[in-house]
Amino acid sequence: MSLQAKIEKSVPLLIIFSIIVISFGGLVQIVPLFFMKSMTQPIEGLKPYTAMELTGRDLYIRDGCNTCHSQMIRPFRAETERYGHYSLASEFIYDRPFLWGSKRTGPDLHRVGGRYSDEWHRIHLINPRDVVPESVMPGFPWLAENTVEGSNIAEKMKTLRTLGVPYSDEDIAGAADKLKGKSEMDAMIAYLQNLGSTIPAVR
Amino acid sequence: MPEYDLMSDFTSPFWPWFIFIVTIGGIFWCFYLLMSQKNAGDVSEGEEAQPTGHKWDDDLEELNNPLPRWWLQMFIATNIFGLVYLVLYPGIVVFDGVLGWSQVGQYNTEMEVAEKKYGEQYVNYLKQDVATLAKDKAAITTGGRLFSTYCTQCHGSDAGGGPGFPNLRDSRWLWGGEPEHIKQTIAAGRMGAMPAWGAVLGETGTKDVAAYVMSLSNRKTAGDLQAGEEKFKQLCVACHAAEGTGNIALGAPDLTDDTWLYGSSRRSIEKSISEGRSGRMPTFGDFLGEGKTHLLTAYVYSLSLED
Repeated sequence: MSLQAKIEKSVPLLIIFSIIVISFGGLVQIVPLFFMKSMTQPIEGLKPYTAMELTGRDLYIRDGCNTCHSQMIRPFRAETERYGHYSLASEFIYDRPFLWGSKRTGPDLHRVGGRYSDEWHRIHLINPRDVVPESVMPGFPWLAENTVEGSNIAEKMKTLRTLGVPYSDEDIAGAADKLKGKSEMDAMIAYLQNLGSTIPAVR
Repeated sequence: MPEYDLMSDFTSPFWPWFIFIVTIGGIFWCFYLLMSQKNAGDVSEGEEAQPTGHKWDDDLEELNNPLPRWWLQMFIATNIFGLVYLVLYPGIVVFDGVLGWSQVGQYNTEMEVAEKKYGEQYVNYLKQDVATLAKDKAAITTGGRLFSTYCTQCHGSDAGGGPGFPNLRDSRWLWGGEPEHIKQTIAAGRMGAMPAWGAVLGETGTKDVAAYVMSLSNRKTAGDLQAGEEKFKQLCVACHAAEGTGNIALGAPDLTDDTWLYGSSRRSIEKSISEGRSGRMPTFGDFLGEGKTHLLTAYVYSLSLED
C-alpha cells in the first residue's frame, strides 16, 4: 500500500500529518518574530515598571480596563492625530501579558501618560461624569478607598526578573516600602501617567 | 527614528531565507500536490467510479471520484494569487516587492497628503495674529474641532470647565487672557500650587481667613474679619496681592470676583486654604505643533470675546 493510501485510511496518521502541514503556517509567520531585534529588544529609554506602576497595572487588569480600552495606536493619521505616535513592538518588551486589546469602547490609552493631570485622573476614575458629562465609563470609586496589597510585590518582581525584566536587587528589596500607605488610586494613576511615555509626545 | 532595515533586524540571515524557502516552497509544493492528484480517479464517459475500499455498515462505500473542476481551478487561482502577491508586496523578506509598499511608507504617504492639504492653511493661519483669527469663522470652526479632540476631557465640550478645571468661556483668567498668555498655557502647560495653610492657621484661623476672603467679594459669613485680614496680609498677599486681586504670573486667582475654580461654598474655600490645591495644565506644544497651538489659542481667545 502506498503512503498516500495509508494516510487516507488511518485517522491518527491523517491527524499527525495535518498538524505538520498546518504548523508550517506558524513556523513561517510566528517563529521568525522571536529572532527580530525590533520585537525582542526594548526601545531606547524603556524602563521596567516601578513597584507602584506594576501594582497599578495589575489593578488595570483586575478592573478590566482592557475590556474597553486598547493600548495599540495603529499607524493611521486618524489615530496618531488624536493619540500620538503609533505604537512600536519594542515599547511592550516588559509587558506581561500585553494589554493591546482590540475593542475600543473608550479611547486608546497607550499614550495617555502626561495627557491629563493626576487630579483629573482621580476625579475621572471616581466618577467620569464629573469631568466628562458625556462619558459612559463606569466609576471606580473603590480605588480611592482601598490601600494596595504590598505583601507579594517582591515575589511578582522576582518572577518578572526570571522572565528577563532587568530589576535590580534594590528595586525588589525596596518594592514593598514604596507601596506603604498608598491607595489603589495612587498606583493606578502612577501606571496611567507612565503609559507610552518612552516616545515623547510628538507625532 | 533611524532607517529601518528588515533584513538586518533579524538576529541571523538564516531567518529571512527560512521564510523565503518555506513560503515559496509551500506554494510550489501545493501546486505539485494538486497536479499529481489532478487525474486521480478520472473515469471516462459511462464508466463507474472505483471504490476507495472504505466501507461502513456493510454496503456504504466511498467512491474515488475526480476532483471537481471548479474546485481545482480555484486552487490553482489561489496559487497564482499567492505568487503575484509576493511579487507585488513584501512577504518574503529577501525581496521588497515591486510596488515598494510598507506599512510605515503608507502611513508617511498619508501624512504627506494631509500636510499638502492642510499644511498651507496652517502656514496661512500662522501669518495672522490671534486676534484676527478669532474673528475668522472658518478658522474658529477648525479650532473648535481641535478643541473637541484635545481639550474637552478637562474643560468640557462647551469649554465651561468644572471644579478644578477652568471655565474658558468667561473673561476671567488665572494665567492671563492675552493671546500670548493663552498660547503659553497651551504650549508649555501650567502648574498652579496653593500651599496648605491648615497647620499654620489652625481651625479658627482658617475660618477667619475664609470669612475675610469671602468679604472681598462682598459675601458675609461667620468669622473674625479683622483677624482674617491680619493673617491674609501675612500669608496670602505674596501671591494673591494686597487687594486679593491675584497674580497671573503665578496663576493665583483673583479673590474679589465671583469666579471660584473649586466652588464658591464656604466649605470649599476653607478646604482650599487648609489643604491647599494643585492644578496642572499638561504640556501640549510638542504634541500639537505650532499651527494647531496657534489655532487653538485663537479659538480659546474667541470664546472669551463672546462673554
